[in-house]
Amino acid sequence: MEAFYSLASGLSVAIQPMNLLFALIGVLLGTAVGVLPGIGPALTVALLLPITFKLDPGGSIIMFAGIYYGGMYGGSTTAILINTPGESASMATALEGNKMAKAGRGGPALATAAIGSFVAGTIATLGLTFLAPYLVDIAVSFGPEDYFALMCVAFITVSATFGDSPVRGLTSLFIGLLLGLVGIDILSGQSRLSFGIPELYDNIEVTTLAVGLFAVGEALYVASRRHIEEEKLEPVRGSLWMTKEDWKRSWKPWIRGTLFGFPIGALPAGGAEIPTFLSYSTEKRLTKHPEEFGHGAIEGVAGPEAANNASAAGTLVPLLTLGLPTSATAAMMLAGFQQYGLNPGPLLFAERPDLVWGLIASLFIANGMLLVLNLPLVGLWVRLLAIPQPWLYAGILVFATIGTIAANPSPVELIMLTVFGVLGFLMRRFDFPIAPVVVGLILGPVAESQLRRALSISLGDPMVLLESPISATLLVIALIALILPFVMKGLGRFKAVED
Amino acid sequence: MSQLRKSLWRGALAAAAVAGFVTTAAAQTDLKIMAPAAPGGGWDQTARSMQQALTQAGIAKSVQVANVPGAGGSIGIAQLVNNSKGDGNQLMVMGYVMVGALLTNKSPITLDQTTPIARLTTEYEAIVVPADSPIKNAKDLAAAIKADPAKVTWAGGSAGGVDHIAAALFAKAAGADPTKINYIPFSGGGEALAAILGGKVTAGISGYGEFESQVKAGKLRLIGLTSATKTANVDVPSIKEQGIDLEIANWRAVVAPPGISADQKKALTDAVEKMVQSKEWQEILKAKGWENAYLSGDAFAKGLNDEIARTKDVLTAVGLVKS
Repeated sequence: MEAFYSLASGLSVAIQPMNLLFALIGVLLGTAVGVLPGIGPALTVALLLPITFKLDPGGSIIMFAGIYYGGMYGGSTTAILINTPGESASMATALEGNKMAKAGRGGPALATAAIGSFVAGTIATLGLTFLAPYLVDIAVSFGPEDYFALMCVAFITVSATFGDSPVRGLTSLFIGLLLGLVGIDILSGQSRLSFGIPELYDNIEVTTLAVGLFAVGEALYVASRRHIEEEKLEPVRGSLWMTKEDWKRSWKPWIRGTLFGFPIGALPAGGAEIPTFLSYSTEKRLTKHPEEFGHGAIEGVAGPEAANNASAAGTLVPLLTLGLPTSATAAMMLAGFQQYGLNPGPLLFAERPDLVWGLIASLFIANGMLLVLNLPLVGLWVRLLAIPQPWLYAGILVFATIGTIAANPSPVELIMLTVFGVLGFLMRRFDFPIAPVVVGLILGPVAESQLRRALSISLGDPMVLLESPISATLLVIALIALILPFVMKGLGRFKAVED
Repeated sequence: MSQLRKSLWRGALAAAAVAGFVTTAAAQTDLKIMAPAAPGGGWDQTARSMQQALTQAGIAKSVQVANVPGAGGSIGIAQLVNNSKGDGNQLMVMGYVMVGALLTNKSPITLDQTTPIARLTTEYEAIVVPADSPIKNAKDLAAAIKADPAKVTWAGGSAGGVDHIAAALFAKAAGADPTKINYIPFSGGGEALAAILGGKVTAGISGYGEFESQVKAGKLRLIGLTSATKTANVDVPSIKEQGIDLEIANWRAVVAPPGISADQKKALTDAVEKMVQSKEWQEILKAKGWENAYLSGDAFAKGLNDEIARTKDVLTAVGLVKS
């Protein structure tokens, strides 16, 4: 129970007025950059680093953590309201959240996202406090073959985002896998499908693809339908807040989302996107309201939102215990530590306990602040939907373009955004699901490089995939997930015949 | 947007020109530094540290940092050579990684087209093994590689980068065929470090800063640094002192656009030299753990050409560059 004492002393550091102020600035900045597509927490921390050079290390690191948590929060707002995920980790939220917003249930969607993020952030931060030393050993033992097996599980569960037609879903997924091949191949250093365009060497940016497909595509589609049938958007239908039913349907997904997000976030190559999709597909399987999925099911917002916030706490596990940065933002925070001559890792807990525990304690505080900040704003945010459609979508196009340009100042990036926007429009027009494209772009390159790394290390022996216990277990889970639906269907038919 | 930025730059240039007429003595009042990488990486941090030192020491009135990320700097250098020709207020941060990236990307723009100003910092590569590895020193590692280069797996940064080149040079110095090395590139420093800590690979290679805290905590064993002689911050003799003829450093430098006059070149070189001598820069070096490697003028230009030639040989030998 040593952790309790340490946490208590950390709290005494975190509630100093200056540190509270830093946490507040952090969460405000984080929410703001999370809302803007393209500008993420990593960029913000990078730009702030030189400014904070002369500040107190504790305060500025607390601020960076606030930005990180805030960014995970803010991304969901635009995803729900205008179908524009601010971060790629908010994409799963957009799937159901935007449908809810269009049906006048934007209020409950935003509320379940905010409360879910709070619940997940708090549980995951507790996990960080008490489990970090154990979890990190497991995380480090994850080898390339285990990541490949994890990707196999993720690929199977992607089918949850396919909608009604598996063929159309697979087509979308393969477009994404194709896009994932563009750029310099990490293992051989050779460029593929980049046609001599240097901007394509660095692979296709996930946010450019997501913003193009979701935001630009949506704007074009809405514009094209305007004269045929005008979509009537009601900002609020029914209660602005979550009903008793909403609470009942949200709490389990929050917990399950956390259980996906925290451990996968702690893996050095885990990331925030994969747990959101695992959570989405789990909720879709477990829900009592399968007919609502695809038309605005609250479980589909609650789970992924909890998962992406929990993964943010997860990435702090290897960062604080080993000094391993596992996300762009974590890498920036590491640079932040180093500019004060602090090296995160096994020694930091011993050398500067005040700093580490102060940081962990302020994560709890930042989480509370975010909830207080976001819940009253829900009423304001949903008014956004009352803006006349032409203005709203023109505004979305402006924000999408600015965000993309801010992240990658290059005309090629803008051309890509436009091309993806047209692709998104055509896919909507011909009823192809959009999310699998982005999932393919995220998972494809990871699965490929991890498999090739595993085979490189094993000198070409494929048995390495079955010899590792973690990998073997995950592959069995993938296999079960693949076969089970068919078996159930067959049993159902068998029973029907018997009757 | 790029049009807008261009016109903004032109505006800034015009303003600088006017300011130049008024205060004839201060030539370098407004500088622009390009970091040909995304915010946060080593080049970006170098550019922003220069900004900090140059303005705080009063050497430049204002310094703008612009990021032009992509393809190991290939996009940044293309912009420098094509758009900033003759601009005496523009600098670009670059480093050893760019030498390799330009070669592997078959970039039409080469470093010959820029005006070298000065080398600023250097970081030596470190070779580490997991703490429970049977390999104790550079001789053991060399023997293992000589026996079968494919069985020794290396974890490091991107293919064709300084880590990869150093691993190939180590194999060559150990008397093995460098084309046969089993080098496994990882995208982030964190992932490679996890693979080494988890005992998935034989050895890891990267800048010493990436490994320092793990070595001190006893989780990794340092085999040696790629410096000529043992450096003050480690207890292990350098790899060269252990009898393996390998010396390589990951340096960072600044270059200017082509077509600037001799006066402009001198003014930029003077500004950088003043910055290197300032106490602000020395403080930054200490805080970031960077080693000062200041070298300017013809000595730097010649050193740069030698590095390009050696890198081309290595990358051709490992098959990343087709000759």
